Amino acid sequence: MKKTLCLYFQVHQPYRLRQYRFFDIGKNHDYFDEFANKTIMARVASRCYIPANRIILDLIREYNGAFKVAYSISGIALEQMEQFAPRALESFQELAQTGQVEFLAETYSHSLSSLISPRKFKDQIKVHVKAVEKYFGQKPKAFRNTELIYSDTIGEMVADMGFTTMLTEGARHILGWKSPDYLYVNALNPKLKLLLRNFRLSDDIAFRFSDNKWADWPLTAEKYAGWIAGALEKDDIVNIFMDYESFGEHQPASSGIFNFLKAMPGMILNHTNLEILTPSQAAAKHQPIAPLNVPYAISWADEERDISAWLGNELQSEAFQNLYKIEDLVRQSNDPDLQRDFRRLQASDHFYYMCTKFFSDGDVHKYFNPYDTPYEAFINYMNVLSDITLRTPKK
Amino acid sequence: MKVLMFGWEFPPHISGGLGTACDGLTRGLAKHQVRVLFVMPSASGDEDQSAVRIINASDVTAFQTRKEARELLEKVQFLKVTSNLIPYLGPDEFEEQVDLEREKEWNEFRISFGQKFKFSGKYGSNLMEEVMRYSLVASAIARQNEFDVIHAHDWLTYMAGIAAKRVSGKPLVVHVHATEFDRSGENINTQVYDLEKRGMEAADRVIAVSNLTRNIVINNYHIDPSKVFTVHNAVDFSTVENREITRGVPEKIVTFLGRITFQKGPEYFIEAAYKVLQKTKDVRFVMAGSGDLFNRAIRRVAKLGISSHFHFTGFLRGEDVKNMFAYSDVYVMPSVSEPFGISPLEAMKANVPTIISKQSGVAEVLHHAIKVDFWDVNALADAIYGLLTYPALSAMTVRCGLEEVNALKWDNAALKVKQIYESVTEEKL
Repeated sequence: MKKTLCLYFQVHQPYRLRQYRFFDIGKNHDYFDEFANKTIMARVASRCYIPANRIILDLIREYNGAFKVAYSISGIALEQMEQFAPRALESFQELAQTGQVEFLAETYSHSLSSLISPRKFKDQIKVHVKAVEKYFGQKPKAFRNTELIYSDTIGEMVADMGFTTMLTEGARHILGWKSPDYLYVNALNPKLKLLLRNFRLSDDIAFRFSDNKWADWPLTAEKYAGWIAGALEKDDIVNIFMDYESFGEHQPASSGIFNFLKAMPGMILNHTNLEILTPSQAAAKHQPIAPLNVPYAISWADEERDISAWLGNELQSEAFQNLYKIEDLVRQSNDPDLQRDFRRLQASDHFYYMCTKFFSDGDVHKYFNPYDTPYEAFINYMNVLSDITLRTPKK
Repeated sequence: MKVLMFGWEFPPHISGGLGTACDGLTRGLAKHQVRVLFVMPSASGDEDQSAVRIINASDVTAFQTRKEARELLEKVQFLKVTSNLIPYLGPDEFEEQVDLEREKEWNEFRISFGQKFKFSGKYGSNLMEEVMRYSLVASAIARQNEFDVIHAHDWLTYMAGIAAKRVSGKPLVVHVHATEFDRSGENINTQVYDLEKRGMEAADRVIAVSNLTRNIVINNYHIDPSKVFTVHNAVDFSTVENREITRGVPEKIVTFLGRITFQKGPEYFIEAAYKVLQKTKDVRFVMAGSGDLFNRAIRRVAKLGISSHFHFTGFLRGEDVKNMFAYSDVYVMPSVSEPFGISPLEAMKANVPTIISKQSGVAEVLHHAIKVDFWDVNALADAIYGLLTYPALSAMTVRCGLEEVNALKWDNAALKVKQIYESVTEEKL
């Protein structure tokens, strides 16, 4: 049986907040920095989404069914793309029409709702599923949570919703001696199959590709395909999951990342025992080897691979608790503007900006971060939250 | 390693932060086996000499013999107040004039400096004269003692440092705790500026208390960046006491504590207070301190119509300062220019959430204080409002702030200073 390479790319952009002072509370309900959001979306579209999609489309045509990829595009990224970069959205739709691209489900707002309430979590997934159907004409069968956050109970909720496959991190502290390169199942509901990210091989592209101090620099498609083939001599599936923005944005075009993307699938398919599948296909094809026990939530972030980047300090918990306090009232309000703003405020990014873990080396945390310090991020967010709380009808 | 250190004050008799810093530094140096001879213009005898030996400049005779005096005058010629620049003289006449001048000078010096000079050690009107006399005494002290390095704190002692260097040939380190630009803004006293610049130029190494100050030294005094090093100040809190205070008012209290001068940015505090009071009356503002902008501050508060929630205490000292911190819910230091700034550390030590300006040196070492640009009154108001309104914010800044302040030890700063000494003594070898 052929061994499998599975590629999935995350596409997400939050609605960044403008500078919202306390004297705006109760007076001004305009929270978002349209200029920043528009310029960042336009920039990422022209540097990454459009050129990368072009290459993916060519690859699909060239390999005629042998090359496939998966995307997950958050609902608020789709909204912004439609608003600020419609050509990027069209290029994704073009990919959808080839039939070789799987679109995954996630929470519409790229939120952390899985950590607070099953109902809110499921509601947001349904909204996202609808958006995927609307834009791409397919009903997602596989699920990936915000930042690949996963635990046994989150997996169980996802299984309850009828998803058969879920993607998460191959966290070393969970796996121990085990390899991420196999199919696992949820510990509570074995119907849900789990694909685990091979972080070493994923990060070789996402983080290290242009690092000329790295011993393996420069990374060629041939060398990389050799590593994949090496890993798959014994194991079943290598899952390469990363932010799509790695192509052209985190790793600039000048690093040769696009040439790498063009050449890599061919190098893989040169190995006759290897094939490239989408997550749902990979999960259907291989036999699960064991249930995975994850009592506490894991994610793909930082060294800790836990949720401390979003809910690790008291600022983050307070903002998080206050946000969800008004959720029921917002839902019952029948005020579409209020509900739209509330969705946008749930993006995990707002909490990421409040992270105090990396005062010294916050390189990744600084990316697209509009704030100088976590304290500023918190004050600004709380001011906005105070206003939206005032706007929310109290029954 | 033995250091001849020139200061201007030393606890317990201090009027600024300089004495405290010297005390902390010398204690730290003692722990790293550096012996310090600390010279100050006027010691009272009740200074704690456990870590240093204090030399009182008022007890030192500048010189004993005529030969010594001549030698001294040769070496410290830069001190002369009179000028030899006389127009339209031939070389012979000039020679004659110079000899005459020397004789005159010697006579003057015999009269004024032959005996001990009683320094006031204060910052009075004859400050310049004291600075000059201090340097003369310094050269005598430099001759009478053995040491490896000379270390001079702030412009008042730079001339003493230079004199000691000329007499002994030992390397000189000058320590910049504040510059004329911090004291006076753009309208600087050029006499002071000149002394500062001469000190920095003559020094083998310049130590700045923050990167902010280092940049001023490099850009405004045009000093070679390769010899300017930043050593952040530290703070040692001997007594940890968190006093319980019963408040007279139910509202939360936001405090400004410092001199009410241009440098400290009191007007930004007032404008921010006005903005916050527009939104909530559940807060009172206190401006503690005195200074040349005191009256203007009172007038501005009255004009804004916020006097019922804005209070002035006048100058506070000792116990009252501690009580003020205990009363406070937020401490604000909106300094326009602050080479370092120790008082935010005192506030954080007293569990008060703190807002500091990005234009303060202390901002370089603190992560858990909220930082704003001093001119950004909106941001300042927002930060005050945030600390008053969102409990997690004050809880977290207090908890993490205390840890952070406790980690700022003079031991570590002193080690960096010692390494700087070593770098110059090795060069000399």
